[in-house]
Amino acid sequence: MSRSRVVVAVLVAVLGTAAFGGCQKGEREGRAAGDGPDPSRIRVGLVLSVGGLGDKSFNDSAYEGLKRAEKELGIEGVYGQPEQMAEDEKYLRQYAVQGMDLVIAVGFLMKDALGQVSAEFPDSRFAIIDAVVDQPNVASLVFSEHEGSFLVGAIAGLKTKTGIIGFIGGMDIPLIHKFEVGYTEGAEYVRPGIEVLSAYAGSGPEAFHDPVKGKSLALSQFNRGADIIFQAAGSTGNGVIDAAVEKGLYAIGVDANQNYMAPGHVLTSMVKRVDVAVFEIIREVAGDRFSGGVHVYGLEVDGVGYSLDEHNEGLLPEDVIARVESIKRDIIAGKIKVTDYTAAR
Amino acid sequence: MSEPVTVFALSLLAAAIRKSVPLVFASTGGFFSERSGVVNIGLEGMMLFGAFSGAVVAVLAHNAWLGLAGAAVTGAVIAGIHALATVNFRANQIVAGVAVNLLAVGGTVFLAQVFMGGERSFSLGPADRLPMWGPFLPLTYLAFVTVVLATVLAYYTVPGLRLRAVGEHPRAADTQGVHVARMRFAAVVASGVLAGLGGAYLPYFSGSFAKNMTSGLGFIALAALIFGKWHPVGAMAASLLFGFADALQETLQGRGGLPPQVFQAIPYVLTVVALAGVIGRVRPPAALGKHYERE
Repeated sequence: MSRSRVVVAVLVAVLGTAAFGGCQKGEREGRAAGDGPDPSRIRVGLVLSVGGLGDKSFNDSAYEGLKRAEKELGIEGVYGQPEQMAEDEKYLRQYAVQGMDLVIAVGFLMKDALGQVSAEFPDSRFAIIDAVVDQPNVASLVFSEHEGSFLVGAIAGLKTKTGIIGFIGGMDIPLIHKFEVGYTEGAEYVRPGIEVLSAYAGSGPEAFHDPVKGKSLALSQFNRGADIIFQAAGSTGNGVIDAAVEKGLYAIGVDANQNYMAPGHVLTSMVKRVDVAVFEIIREVAGDRFSGGVHVYGLEVDGVGYSLDEHNEGLLPEDVIARVESIKRDIIAGKIKVTDYTAAR
Repeated sequence: MSEPVTVFALSLLAAAIRKSVPLVFASTGGFFSERSGVVNIGLEGMMLFGAFSGAVVAVLAHNAWLGLAGAAVTGAVIAGIHALATVNFRANQIVAGVAVNLLAVGGTVFLAQVFMGGERSFSLGPADRLPMWGPFLPLTYLAFVTVVLATVLAYYTVPGLRLRAVGEHPRAADTQGVHVARMRFAAVVASGVLAGLGGAYLPYFSGSFAKNMTSGLGFIALAALIFGKWHPVGAMAASLLFGFADALQETLQGRGGLPPQVFQAIPYVLTVVALAGVIGRVRPPAALGKHYERE
């Protein structure tokens, strides 16, 4: 029987290494320049949200901001990909202990973890995307997703032939409802009485990386007559885009510009410049003018918006663009009020 | 409900079949393993490995059929590890299965980063996909063919009789000249092949691989196997029921102004009702979970 114990012990050891190897690898790769720690350089630690790199959306966008800062500001960037929410705090603390000049938490799920860690390290500087942490050493980077979603909602309302459009969210949380409500209001603004179908992939963080669920929810909405679906669902949304291709209909991308993912089938993307927010806050640190508190990225600074490029050129006619641009001006001028679901609570 | 009833019913039926495919594969796989006396809660991990290797081989080779073969082989290898630990070294079957599942979550993320340049989820290009045969992927038809084959093999052939004998009364089988360890090893490997194919369905259907994308399907397949009284046809029926329940919640979500959680709970409620009230007493294979040692 002792032989079986040895086997089990070896198995456990191998598995343990494999399970943790996943995250360590990311860190090593993240040290871009590779010439070791240089005390004169600003060091930034980026902790990514569940789903990790490759979502072609939220996380990839944050990572792009870090890369740009490395290139343009000469900082040294490190990133980590926690396997699950429970590890977020460990990563944040680890970077704080290492004396990073700035630690960035990507995603609202890290709100509690960052609240904890930022209080423990009052002399370190932190930033968080999509959440507000009320500490003097934390910059809270939030976006006016409701305004950007209003614009793509208006585009969907102007483009739909069936008068039915859809929305698919990832995890059922207030932040995602903020997208949905803005989108619905935008569609109703240009086309009163329009029918907006809505579904959520689930109630846990895994709802942001379930493309199978995304595709089947999308097929269900397309079958009910929707011809355009806006997804705010991380890599779950990749399944929505795939369904649009299969059905010959349209999806709307989110966070990053996803038009290229299926040219001709992604009507536009509700871009949320996480990359800009990450870059700007690193620039504040590099220029020694870091400020805590809430930083809002809205329509007026192009923190959110809709994307136009060569991949969706033929999809949006001049008159649609003109109409959306005038709506955008009205929102900035305060003539159109878009409900902010997260503020209303 | 805005659409005509026929459209509603047809799209619901199609969705239920699509949803059940990975469950049918994995529960049929579980059938072989458990009928031979080896508990296989590692189905989840074998599916995840299948999903990953199916996707990565398809992307690298631009050939989904090769990807499918890759998924089957990977499933077999992982199942081989499970068989080695449980059959040859008599490790606890539950613990070994948990180990397989843990290995899959960490291992596929790690390998995805190695093969796909640091990314944990990636898309399949149009050339990396299986063709559609009518309304479904080829795997959909294969899943139901597999059920028929498994039933014939297990109940109408001599090796099938031996397989079941090994799971019911290994000593009796042994005295009749059946090599118990070899039979169990083969059965566990077969379960890995099928679980791998079931997992590969996920990226081929959705067009991308995402971290931990099986999200519990292996455990649902195991439940379907028990629900179906350890019979391939019963397990298939249970898989279809679970698929239907999930499809129903997706189709109904957002209707009637009710919160999505009301609909998301449907599959679970249905499962509890079915397990508690409908199927009655089930009898697992008598030697399930028990090691066999020759005297």
